[in-house]
Amino acid sequence: MFYYYLTLSLRNIASHKGLSVLIATTIGLGIAASMITYSLIYLMSKDPLPHKSDRVYHIQLDNWSLNTAAIPPDLPPEEVSWTDALNIVHAKQAKYQAANTITWGMVTPADNNIPPFLGIIRATHGEFFPMFDVPFLFGQAWQNYPRGQVENVVVLSKSTNQRIFGGINSVGQTLPMLGQLFTVIGVINDWHPSPKFFDMSLGKFYPPEDLYVPLQIKANLELPHGGNSHCWQSNIGDSYQAFLNSECVNFNLWVELSHQQDKAQFASYLEDYVTQQRALGRFPKATQNIILDIEQWLAHKKVVSSDIYVFFYLSLFFLLVCLFNAASLLSTKLTTTTGQMALRRALGASRQAIFSQCLIETIMLGCLGALIGFSLCALGLSGIKILYPEFSAFITLDMPLLIITIGISILSTVLAGLVPTIKVCMLAPADYLR
Amino acid sequence: MLKMTDVKKVFRTDLVETQALRDFNLHVGEGDFVAVTGPSGSGKTTFLNIAGLLETFSGGKYELDGQDVSNLNDKKRSQLRNEKIGFIFQSFNLIPDLNLFDNVDVPLRYRGFNSAERKKRIENSLEMVGLAQRMKHLPSQLSGGQQQRVAIARALAGEPRFLLADEPTGNLDTQMANSVMDLLKNINDAGTTIIMVTHDGELASQARRNIYVRDGKVSEVNNADISSPAQLSAV
Repeated sequence: MFYYYLTLSLRNIASHKGLSVLIATTIGLGIAASMITYSLIYLMSKDPLPHKSDRVYHIQLDNWSLNTAAIPPDLPPEEVSWTDALNIVHAKQAKYQAANTITWGMVTPADNNIPPFLGIIRATHGEFFPMFDVPFLFGQAWQNYPRGQVENVVVLSKSTNQRIFGGINSVGQTLPMLGQLFTVIGVINDWHPSPKFFDMSLGKFYPPEDLYVPLQIKANLELPHGGNSHCWQSNIGDSYQAFLNSECVNFNLWVELSHQQDKAQFASYLEDYVTQQRALGRFPKATQNIILDIEQWLAHKKVVSSDIYVFFYLSLFFLLVCLFNAASLLSTKLTTTTGQMALRRALGASRQAIFSQCLIETIMLGCLGALIGFSLCALGLSGIKILYPEFSAFITLDMPLLIITIGISILSTVLAGLVPTIKVCMLAPADYLR
Repeated sequence: MLKMTDVKKVFRTDLVETQALRDFNLHVGEGDFVAVTGPSGSGKTTFLNIAGLLETFSGGKYELDGQDVSNLNDKKRSQLRNEKIGFIFQSFNLIPDLNLFDNVDVPLRYRGFNSAERKKRIENSLEMVGLAQRMKHLPSQLSGGQQQRVAIARALAGEPRFLLADEPTGNLDTQMANSVMDLLKNINDAGTTIIMVTHDGELASQARRNIYVRDGKVSEVNNADISSPAQLSAV
């Protein structure tokens, strides 16, 4: 009977094209409005490292002065100082550990046909790459160098490799940059973590950098301090090294633990570290270390702004209005088939059979609504991409979103059609047959 | 085989209570051709709807083929209606979007026959009413008489024990009405019990048996007494 009901539904929809399209469009509009805002929330809050986000932690230490707070009312800074970054990374207490910061410098390709450009650079430790599952097209990353040691090596993004080397395997090639010669040791494949959780100083969805160099390079070549850089000491001296030796914070510190259960042990290590540093005259405030996994970190950074939630609730209200309208239109549509349903009842259809037929027709309309809704949603998201290019990399219509759209559309349509359908099922056939 | 004993039907609204049938007693035997006549509002159609299980009744007893139908649920009533009863309506009630084949197919679908069985029955019943060549036509492409023949084919396809006809010739001219009446008589001769509600005394006189309904009650009359509408109203 399912195929029969399906055929009847399609025939019925075709014979009431105008009304059917109106119903589906009404539902589609409501779906699109709510799905656009929902998809923004969904995509913004998507776990960037789903298989290990509960084992990768952002570290905050409170090296601030006794009478001030880095983040009012009394939270530690979100970045750590050079001293703490190096101490903790080289202590190797986690499976992977890496500090990172953003900087920039001139890249001067050997090929004269390629003009020099200002490269945006991420300076970090080698374990940044395996910790964040950075995919490599060619070559690989460097290992964490022993303290104070470093080589002039660079990892390129795919687009930078395309720009300088035409997209070939450039591993082993020499690249003049920052006034020195660097050896290319790896090329990253397409990689755009959204949100850019490991450093949101320039924007939560800021594109990844062009080049990656060891963190020590930043110190050795005195590269500029990018991203967030905060200090509380009034006089730290003018030299670059003075800045590095100060309590100024500029480095995002991340670790990956082997197991979630190792967190307590790592926290204990950090407490010991702070106590030890306090003995050296640092960390005047009470210990206040914060260790947040990725999900907690994203919540702390309010990646999804409250404005979007307001829009989402408004769009849900709009969907509700659309559903009431759709229910009214469905009621009208079903009224046009009342005579036919009464006849079918007279010819042997039970109420259940009529309900099934109406339900399948309603689901078909829901599918049509989903199609319209999904198309409008795609259109809306494309508009957002044009208006806000920073979102363009992460806004995609993926399969889960498609399934959610279809599911909500069908559910909404069935809900909207439930009352009219029940009315049709309960009609007395004799009243409509002469 | 169709037995109504003291059947009552009361229609109630907030303000009014109307007794459509009161102590309605009727026994229709196998192979009968019963014409039901009576003035407008006398309860003829209500009787037919109750007989066809399209309406419930307020009191009394109704047995269809020996089965008491008083307390059947919707599913059982629908099944019984589908298997034992065929309907013919005054306004044909064909589904305009479906061709003749699909129209006749409707009750067979709810019966659960496989496609081969349905095809055989549809072709046979359309053959019986002389429209086998037009099974792919839409109802709108047929005359009124032909449409009523399709409705009869639809009613017959399930091989019901009863054919309930409500003014089957009411929308037809005399020639077409006679042709439909001849068809009904042939069907009855083949063994199907027919109960026909009509205002037309001439048609009623062609039935084997006549029932006159007034004020929701039955009074049986002879065919000879109602050969004309004037005589019918005088009874």
